[in-house]
Amino acid sequence: MKMEHYYFSTDQLQRLLDNLLDEGYRCVGPQVRDGAIMYDELSRVEQLPLGVTETQAPGSYSLNRHATQKYFDWANGPQAIKPLLFAPQEKLWQSAQAADGQISFNTAEPELRPVAIIGARACEIAAMKLQDQHFLQQQYSDPFYKSRRDNLLVIAVNCGHPASTCFCHSTGDGPFVEDDEAAADMVLTELEHGFLIAAHTDRGEKILEDLGLDGCHQQHLDESASIRARASIQDKQLPQFDIKSRLLNELDNEAWDSIAETCLSCGNCTSVCPTCFCHSENDVPELDGKSSSHFREWDSCFSQGHSYIHGITIRSNTSQRYRQWLTHKFSTWHDQYGRSGCVGCGRCVTWCPVGIDVIESLAKFGGDAS
Amino acid sequence: MINAQHNPHQPHEAIIVERIDEGADMFSLRLKFSDPKLQDDYEFEPGQFNMLYLYGVGEIAISIVSDPEDSHIIDHTIRIIGRVTRGMANLKTGDRIGLRGSYGRGWPILEAKQKDVIIVTGGLGCAPVVSAINYIEQRRGDYGRLNIVQGVKHSADLIWKSRYDRWRQLPQTRVFLTADVGDALWPWHVGPVTTLFDQMEYDPDNVTVMMCGPEGMMRAACTQLLEKNIASSQLFLSMERNMQCALGHCGHCQYGSKFICKNGPVFSYDEIADLFSVKGF
Ligand SMILES: Cc1cc2nc3c(=O)[nH]c(=O)nc-3n(C[C@H](O)[C@H](O)[C@H](O)COP(=O)(O)OP(=O)(O)OC[C@H]3O[C@@H](n4cnc5c(N)ncnc54)[C@H](O)[C@@H]3O)c2cc1C
Ligand code: SF4
Ligand code: SF4
Ligand code: FES
Repeated sequence: MKMEHYYFSTDQLQRLLDNLLDEGYRCVGPQVRDGAIMYDELSRVEQLPLGVTETQAPGSYSLNRHATQKYFDWANGPQAIKPLLFAPQEKLWQSAQAADGQISFNTAEPELRPVAIIGARACEIAAMKLQDQHFLQQQYSDPFYKSRRDNLLVIAVNCGHPASTCFCHSTGDGPFVEDDEAAADMVLTELEHGFLIAAHTDRGEKILEDLGLDGCHQQHLDESASIRARASIQDKQLPQFDIKSRLLNELDNEAWDSIAETCLSCGNCTSVCPTCFCHSENDVPELDGKSSSHFREWDSCFSQGHSYIHGITIRSNTSQRYRQWLTHKFSTWHDQYGRSGCVGCGRCVTWCPVGIDVIESLAKFGGDAS
Repeated sequence: MINAQHNPHQPHEAIIVERIDEGADMFSLRLKFSDPKLQDDYEFEPGQFNMLYLYGVGEIAISIVSDPEDSHIIDHTIRIIGRVTRGMANLKTGDRIGLRGSYGRGWPILEAKQKDVIIVTGGLGCAPVVSAINYIEQRRGDYGRLNIVQGVKHSADLIWKSRYDRWRQLPQTRVFLTADVGDALWPWHVGPVTTLFDQMEYDPDNVTVMMCGPEGMMRAACTQLLEKNIASSQLFLSMERNMQCALGHCGHCQYGSKFICKNGPVFSYDEIADLFSVKGF
């Protein structure tokens, strides 16, 4: 699809929302909640974080007022698209046992109302593509993820304000949405005044047409290009050595233990990571005593039970768990899905309670080879 | 629409046709799907597994030990070790259970035809290799010399003495039993399984090795068999990790880049050699 850019003035943002709501979408967008920018139900532009920005560093996150009057002049908050597609908790099926002992099974239909997410970032789009691969494009396709994915309209916003924890430029996933496979339906770039907007899918094109926008001017494209150039300058970068093979050659490096001295094995990094897919299952008998529900719930390779088999915990210490996490993200993920499992969003850096920085961890394994 | 056909997570009801006691902490279940069509369509290969669901408690991965060409029944042998297996042990003939499968990649049982076979197992009642032995027993003429090496921790742990006696009667078949710790009535070898390898009969250029059991035992066995010039591509191991989904999604069974539930549980030594000597994966 040819991606034509249109100019879209700020006062038309509400029209976009209204059109989506009229078409039956539940809209979800960024809002200030509990001191962070989070995704929540959205119907009015006033709910968006106008003039708000944030400061992030290893282990810290704070909101600030900004001089400019922009809606999207901040870098990612703790959530990504992930919880909208891969639910933190989900009932997979239910069983009931009759008096004669017969067991019946059934699956409840997931809610099929279409959802439009506004404000998703390039890193989140890249992560969503990885989760699509994991949940949809392997031997088994997950029907719950699939029905949510089919019903999700993604309106992405290019990043003009990466945080100091961001390194998406070095992973090749941002700060602007690179979207050859059209995972996002529409992409916005916020200019000093107004937006550039382009549709990547037919669905997006249709919504754009309904807005009846004018084409953009060269000056808008130039402004967008300079925002992109500025946002691509990121201090944080992946180290230059061959991370994939290097980590696997350093499995007995003592650096694992030294990282483990500070790591709390809390799993925060995995719950904020937009690509982590691990989950556990459990069966919960219903209070009526006649049926039982089978749930899945996000889990983490940092949890005690993750590697448990009859009396043995395969990864009994934090050093082994951190090694599992880092080698999975940066080495073995390549063999599973053809690229690294890290999209450079920096969430694990910001939301680590003790400020362990994944880039610094990687650098410990550079050794002489770098 | 999500229904049973489209929800790969959802088990199907199966009936316990027979429950067999196998000693103090083991039992076997002979199962049949309640829906005859499911039973007719059901296929598997030795070394694959099913997910068994105990109503109201949970699901576990259990190897299939029946014969793949006998489609009327599905056999499982289960050791009682925790919450789900303890509850399952209380089930009786005629009770219902949830079943989904088959999953994973089994033994290279067809490729092993006409070759000598070595089976190495340690610990207790290692179900994955039992399926292979049963398969060969039923088609004894198709395979070369068969060596079965079973190690247990303590002589009292050996279950199924009668099965070993039966296997020993098969043509061209040798059964070696060893306990790390013997007792006065233990007539067989005492020591790790690897001390028996010199007594086996096989052609190192034309042999398939299948093993399961504790990883320490398998590591020692692989080292020795490699020294005896058996190719690493001919050593096969059935691996075990925590399993929640069996669909390649939950991540618990990951072993490096492999998902044991779908890429395994059976791997050739080649495929896992890089991590096999490292603790914690
Ligand atoms: C491919 C494969 C084939 C297996 N085949 C057999 C077999 O034929 N017979 C047999 O007796 N056992 C077999 N096991 C082991 C069996 O799955 C465990 O003994 C069982 O899950 C223990 O459940 P529990 O609730 O009784 O134990 P608990 O100790 O209470 O375990 C709690 C939970 O942890 C997980 N878990 C614990 N141990 C294991 C394990 N070893 N593997 C996977 N998940 C585990 C399960 O989700 C289990 O419900 C097999 C395991 C795998 C991976
Ligand atoms: S590993 Fe960290 S930086 Fe990379 S995608 Fe996950 S949360 Fe983001
Ligand atoms: S193994 Fe760890 S790093 Fe990999 S997906 Fe699971 S929780 Fe994330
Ligand atoms: S058991 Fe869930 S991924 Fe293998």
